[in-house]
Amino acid sequence: MTDLSRRKLIKTGLSTATGIAGLGVAAGLAKNHGLIPPDGSGIWGVGETLNYATYRLLTKHSMAREFPRSEISATPLANDIAPPSDAFKKLQEGGFADWRLTVEGMVDRPGIFSLEQLKTYPARSQVTQLACEEGWSYVAEWTGVLLSHVLEVAGIQPQARYVVYFSIEPDWWDSIDMIDALHPQTYLAYGMNGGDLSVGNGGPLRMRVPRQLGYKNVKFINRLVVTDDLSKFGKGLGSASPEGGYAWYAGI
Amino acid sequence: MDQIQSVPKELVAARAGHALSTLQTSRHTALVRATHWITALSFLALLLSGIEILISHPRFYWGENGNVLTPALFQLPIPSSRPLVATGYGYVLPDQNGWSRYLHFQAAWFAALAGLVYVTSGFLSGHFRKNLLLHGEDFSWRALGASIASHLRFERPRGTEAWSYNPLQRLSYLFVIFALFPLIIWTGLAMSPAFTSAFPSSVTLLDGRQSARTLHFFVAVALLLFFMVHVGMVFIAGFRVRMRAMITGRTDGSREDA
Repeated sequence: MTDLSRRKLIKTGLSTATGIAGLGVAAGLAKNHGLIPPDGSGIWGVGETLNYATYRLLTKHSMAREFPRSEISATPLANDIAPPSDAFKKLQEGGFADWRLTVEGMVDRPGIFSLEQLKTYPARSQVTQLACEEGWSYVAEWTGVLLSHVLEVAGIQPQARYVVYFSIEPDWWDSIDMIDALHPQTYLAYGMNGGDLSVGNGGPLRMRVPRQLGYKNVKFINRLVVTDDLSKFGKGLGSASPEGGYAWYAGI
Repeated sequence: MDQIQSVPKELVAARAGHALSTLQTSRHTALVRATHWITALSFLALLLSGIEILISHPRFYWGENGNVLTPALFQLPIPSSRPLVATGYGYVLPDQNGWSRYLHFQAAWFAALAGLVYVTSGFLSGHFRKNLLLHGEDFSWRALGASIASHLRFERPRGTEAWSYNPLQRLSYLFVIFALFPLIIWTGLAMSPAFTSAFPSSVTLLDGRQSARTLHFFVAVALLLFFMVHVGMVFIAGFRVRMRAMITGRTDGSREDA
């Protein structure tokens, strides 16, 4: 063996060992800092973890782009949804007067809120973009109550890590981490473009998370659960999306 | 670290008439070969998954807003995987966006990291300066014209070309590495609502999300064209020799010349 190839062998061996050790340390650090998404294992785990960890480090306090009212789209597409359930139709007939939002889990004061109650809290408006993973988008003005306000009313406990939110429609639920849940642009929206939020756009109550794509913005919200452990929900992947093959984290 | 050589002495000897049937020399460094194949595999994964994502909405727009209710800049004449899009086809393709999106971003990470390693080492090792930048006589129109003419005649590379890149090839590689790859990454990230929240100018400079998406499509088409020409040229130049050079790093000068 020549000197050169021996040196090369040692160099390759050392850099491989350093690389593997580095990855191990990085994985450990990522786990300790909550940078691993609930669907961060399996064949797409590397990409998903890199996406989510990068986003968590890069965009903790960043604000989704807001637009002047002149940018509001004339065609805020209400994309197809499954035919509403009987439970939804019954509430719709009553003008959603009996719509209720349940807040439970790791909160000091679990509660049930009517739309009227939610509307007594400070209303906020934002002109943001809704972008679908398919590629289309529109800009609209959304009005609602900050999710953080509702969580504050319920009194979140310090060990809380995620907020799981459910649609009245079966098998439609998602979750976000506390950084997104307490973000000043995360709304429970009940209005759009100056009027009530239409059923097609998710009315009477839709989650608005403008730093993530459309499918995180679940329609017809009627239940929030604050938790520290997503493994207790569904298949433990964080939302219904990974169960259908879509990533839990949808900021990209 | 072994570098791509300029013309090795052995070749000069071979061209001077000495029989050197066993001539073997290093064509590409291990780092260039490794990053090349990681990028190649990632590119194919990105292409496949990109096409799958594209067919869920084969319409393109300019600015911030764009959906089936707004007029399209253009629409590809292909079927769609969403019933929402009117395509003129009587059927809807199955939805493949879930795994396609997972694969797209994972492959993008691999390609971007390989690209970062390649570009950093390319500057540090002098690979770009020695092998890709045009030097002296390459700058003349005559040299470029000769290179274009020899390409148009589909000539196989001869002699020194087995160890170095011709001017047209250098220009194409420089364009792909320093224009198309940065652009495809930029236009891709400009579609991410999280990335644009941290770096809003990444999308406003492009005139909006839909513009970024349209540009992403055109840059992808340019990369696909490069890919097809690149693979075509490998066949013309000698598939076995070129593949061996990029896989093992070795090339065989006497056979290349044959």
